Amino acid sequence: MNALLEVKNLQVRVEEREILHGLTLTVNPGEVHAIMGPNGSGKSTLSHVIAGKAGYEVTGGEVLYKGEDLLEMDPNERAAKGVFLAFQYPVEIPGVATMNFLHTALNAQRKARGEKEILTPDFLKKVREVAKSLNIPQDMLKRGVNVGFSGGEKKRNEILQMALFEPALCILDEMDSGLDIDALRVAADGVNALRSKDRAMVVITHYQRLLNYIVPDFVHVMSKGRVVKSGGKELALELEKSGYAQFDDAA
Amino acid sequence: MNVALAKTDTKTDTSRALGEAFANVRERLPGTGAVAEARQRALEAFERQGLPHRRVEDWKYTDLRTAMREVLPLAAAPDEAAASRAAAILKSAAVKGARQLVLVDGVYAPQLSNLGKLEKGLAVRTLRDALETGGEAVRNQLLPPKQSADPMVALNTAMMTDGVVIEISEGAELAQAIQIIHIASGASPAAMFTRSLLRVGNKAKVTLIESFVAAEGAKSYQAHDALVVSVGSHARLDHVRLMEDARDAFNISTAFVTVGAHAHFNTFNLTAGGQLSRYQAFVTFGGEHARVETNGVNLLNGTQHGDTTLFLDHAVPNGASREVFRAVLDDRGHSVFQGRIIVRPDAQKTDAKMMTRALLLSDEAEADNKPELEIFADDVTCGHGATTGALDQSLLFYLRARGLPEKEAQALLIEAFVGEAIESIVDDDLRDIAVGAARRWLAARG
Repeated sequence: MNALLEVKNLQVRVEEREILHGLTLTVNPGEVHAIMGPNGSGKSTLSHVIAGKAGYEVTGGEVLYKGEDLLEMDPNERAAKGVFLAFQYPVEIPGVATMNFLHTALNAQRKARGEKEILTPDFLKKVREVAKSLNIPQDMLKRGVNVGFSGGEKKRNEILQMALFEPALCILDEMDSGLDIDALRVAADGVNALRSKDRAMVVITHYQRLLNYIVPDFVHVMSKGRVVKSGGKELALELEKSGYAQFDDAA
Repeated sequence: MNVALAKTDTKTDTSRALGEAFANVRERLPGTGAVAEARQRALEAFERQGLPHRRVEDWKYTDLRTAMREVLPLAAAPDEAAASRAAAILKSAAVKGARQLVLVDGVYAPQLSNLGKLEKGLAVRTLRDALETGGEAVRNQLLPPKQSADPMVALNTAMMTDGVVIEISEGAELAQAIQIIHIASGASPAAMFTRSLLRVGNKAKVTLIESFVAAEGAKSYQAHDALVVSVGSHARLDHVRLMEDARDAFNISTAFVTVGAHAHFNTFNLTAGGQLSRYQAFVTFGGEHARVETNGVNLLNGTQHGDTTLFLDHAVPNGASREVFRAVLDDRGHSVFQGRIIVRPDAQKTDAKMMTRALLLSDEAEADNKPELEIFADDVTCGHGATTGALDQSLLFYLRARGLPEKEAQALLIEAFVGEAIESIVDDDLRDIAVGAARRWLAARG
């Protein structure tokens, strides 16, 4: 079986500072990986590099997605091929209606894959179904993208997009930040509903709490730009007790 | 000696040639007696000033003396081929459901226009007819003396060839919008001078759309237009102007609008065409409690230069005005926005706000934003603001991470930016028309 995502000895600089010093990670279809680590360990950098954000210089290593060089692709190409980043801080886009955005994005992805565009009635039906399952009221979809949304609403909107675009690889960047326990539960239920044998998830989080709701198959601990320890879900509980300090020297 | 030299200098080759052009065609221009005299006076006023240039404050950013080197002969009547090209472009320029009044190369084209089944309270005739046979009242409206202060308006007065004169009688609420379409069809470069008049009677209501387009093959022409509007008390005028002239054309247009008491004037201008253009609107509050929204968008790329200059005159108390202007500039596009609001000493309780923003898509694009408030009354609410910036990279990345290619992501954000001005259009149909024009520009951008 081919790995879905292979990150090999990845080294990344931002301006003059090296953030990732040789990170290696392999994710297979159907797996849920959690990446944990203290602030500044490079977790978000990893998610940004995978999604294709500008401003990161890859100085070594490679990232393969379904065997292809992911770093050579434009961000929109990555999305069309099934890479999805749920943003830690989803941006507000005033003046761009949510429905228009979703429809345009979905059709852009389909077009890039050589599929037929989805027609408005089918699209509306699909959005309504997904929105209902995520407790997203219709009036939220009528507003500008994320405009005036609460933290929880923004995260639910990310998961709605995930459900709509049906990606093969989901990177969830600090999905729990800014969420109270009820909002977290709704968001986690949404994510869990999307778990499947063909889809992999990389859940980036600072806290173990999220992993009570999205139970990972593997847990990796990042420190200072490297994965310093990998294990099963019990590793997260261990971290909760002992903290990240033990890894400072290992890095 | 120096003074004499400087004086001679104001008359450039171009304005001299314009004077000669006038002498050549004056016999063919409509109107005799008072009209002919007004033309002569206007020409003299124009010649005294010459083409406006950068040392003329109002024209600082649009130097016609440099840009308009060549004087073009007055457009000839369109031949059969030109007429059929005009008919072809009319198909896409005509707004569905509106009554089309078409000017081809500056001359009213009855075969392309629709004057059938005029609604009650609507009267339309050509400018030529009004100047030749119209009464003094109409002529006075067409030739208000203050118009000659601007040299390009003076030139328009001297040369105006045709146009439409529309009158809406008191209380008439027209269901059908009126669309004046200016089509340039000539295969050889030429100039056209048009002037139209719209009188909206008290308590009347009308929608006016103005479109400027080029037929296929129309070459580096110059469109000179003026629109004189009076909005009666308690009347309402919704107005959208779309300038989509050929990319090598000049368009110099002026609107004079007087707004009566308790009237509502909502206007939107989109400049997307032309190599060099200037749209200047002079709006005067003629009665109290009137409300005016003047909004606009300049969408420019290549080496286009587009100048939108608005002058709002709060001459009476209790007037409200809103100006929302947006410019989107790519390549070496150059946008000028001058928004001047004057609040006269008597105009207490004036409520005036103006906001202009420019979006630069290229390092070489240029935006000159010049909001100006002159307030002589002490009990008013006035404000203005201006910003210039680039597209937000974090928004672009978000859209691209969702699968939108770069140009499409930009287009969505540009449309949202432009939408801030378009959403001020009150009428739903007009808003759709403006959105359609903005999308045409975005689509042409590729």
